[in-house]
Amino acid sequence: MAAASEATTVGGNREPSHGLRVFLIWLPLALAADLVIWFVWGPHLPPGTMSSSAASQQFDIKVMAVMAAPVMLFVLVYSGYAMITWRSRDGDDEDGPPLEGNARVQFSWIAITTAIVLSLFVFGTVELITSAGAGAGEGPSPIWKPGGKPLVVQVIAQQWLFTYRYPQYGGFETPDLVLPVGQDIQFNVTSLDVIHSFWAYQLGVKSDANPQVNNIAYTKTLHAGKVTVRCAELCGLWHGAMFDYGRVVSVAAFQSWAHATEARMAKITKLLPPYSTVYSPNEIKGLARFYYDAGLPGAGGGYYGPQYYPNEP
Amino acid sequence: MSLPARAATLLVAFLAVVGLVVFVVVHILLSEPPTVDFTAGHVAGQPVSMTIMTDPVNDASDHPDWVSYFVKSPQTGKWIHSTIWQLPAHTRINVTAYEFDTCDPLRNQLMGLVTGTIGGVMSVSGEAYGVNGKEISVVNSDTTCGVAHTFTVPGLGLNVPFSGVLYTAKNQCTLGPCGMSFTHTTTTFSFITPGPGEYRWQCFIPCGLATVDGNGHAMSTIGFMTGYLDVVA
Repeated sequence: MAAASEATTVGGNREPSHGLRVFLIWLPLALAADLVIWFVWGPHLPPGTMSSSAASQQFDIKVMAVMAAPVMLFVLVYSGYAMITWRSRDGDDEDGPPLEGNARVQFSWIAITTAIVLSLFVFGTVELITSAGAGAGEGPSPIWKPGGKPLVVQVIAQQWLFTYRYPQYGGFETPDLVLPVGQDIQFNVTSLDVIHSFWAYQLGVKSDANPQVNNIAYTKTLHAGKVTVRCAELCGLWHGAMFDYGRVVSVAAFQSWAHATEARMAKITKLLPPYSTVYSPNEIKGLARFYYDAGLPGAGGGYYGPQYYPNEP
Repeated sequence: MSLPARAATLLVAFLAVVGLVVFVVVHILLSEPPTVDFTAGHVAGQPVSMTIMTDPVNDASDHPDWVSYFVKSPQTGKWIHSTIWQLPAHTRINVTAYEFDTCDPLRNQLMGLVTGTIGGVMSVSGEAYGVNGKEISVVNSDTTCGVAHTFTVPGLGLNVPFSGVLYTAKNQCTLGPCGMSFTHTTTTFSFITPGPGEYRWQCFIPCGLATVDGNGHAMSTIGFMTGYLDVVA
């Protein structure tokens, strides 16, 4: 590549401008690839556009692909060009021309790749902030929050089932995930036993469910539809069966469902522990004492024990 | 070492590895309890009766101290140590469940709600309630003795919490399958099977005692406190 960017004379023959040739081959291919990625492939990239975080992730993937495709194509075009143009021909036993440094090419390569990497770093950071965490769990004290008052949905994972609690509707708990469209959602994700991961695929939300940790993730629903929820953390025998399907529905349909479910579940809601961001064994009435008194301290020998008694409701 | 000796050593080592792989596949990965067939002789449109029991101990496995389900064979009437039950699709299943185990608090009280049964209720008889055939739709496991185990099929939205035997009860079962003379509760309920498919079920009481979060051992082994319904057309 050192001598490829300008016309030279080798062995009395005038060499064409290889750099210009490579550029002219690469440019239309790169443009075509980027147009196809953005307009044809892009709208179908996962995880779709059902929520703000999903749409944000799709946009990010499109930008990354548009940035990466020209780089990849340049490597492929140059490799192909080199293999064809500078291949060894029959009867040609001479050494090739000596390779020499080309400061302009080297500087351009370093400058362009550095600019790409740094711009993607800035782009990624901005995307993480402006989409309030991009659908990922931000821990119990999120740095980036959406404006307004989100609908709080607590995701409770246990081996092997997700259940959902709605503290703004009397704290009822249900195996059904139903969300209103056009609404900011705050998922409070926790676990009752081992580590799980709440992955609402079409919403672009994935948040680890850790026992005694409230892992908060935000999104805003944009379109009605079906949501596939899967556990994304290997959690035991029925990990592969730990999935369900949620729904994003109209605001009116959600209100109707929420009030009806609140009334229908009232008899069990009053037996649930008070709504809490986490549920340690001491918040399950009698459980810690039961196991400890039976000589069964549980996980690691200390999951159940007197240390939990004082907070028993 | 001579060439034949080396070849023989290599062959023996190869066969040992193959044998180990076969053993793991056959005895661990593919080992399952027998499927109990409730479809043989079933007349379409007629309900199927299924009788099960949950025991604190069992004499039918290598783990006698694990809690376990048993199911009564519809062909022989004998108790079978299996949690894989083949049922006809779109059929009413009338279940009678005998509970011989004592009770634990539920980790998630939501599982105290009866769901997915016909009428959304179950009928309970036994000393814990002092009633015979009382229909209830919710159980409070925080009471003295609420729930021993649950029969839960998440894919069907079916959840039935079985009330347990009081800790102070006399004549508790010490060897499963338990005889009816031992103290127990009886729960009956009915549900409709869906279309063909395999539907996993499990107990939602953390009853795999002395394991991580109570969900090891029997809770994580098909044949004890979990299995699947093999619903066929």
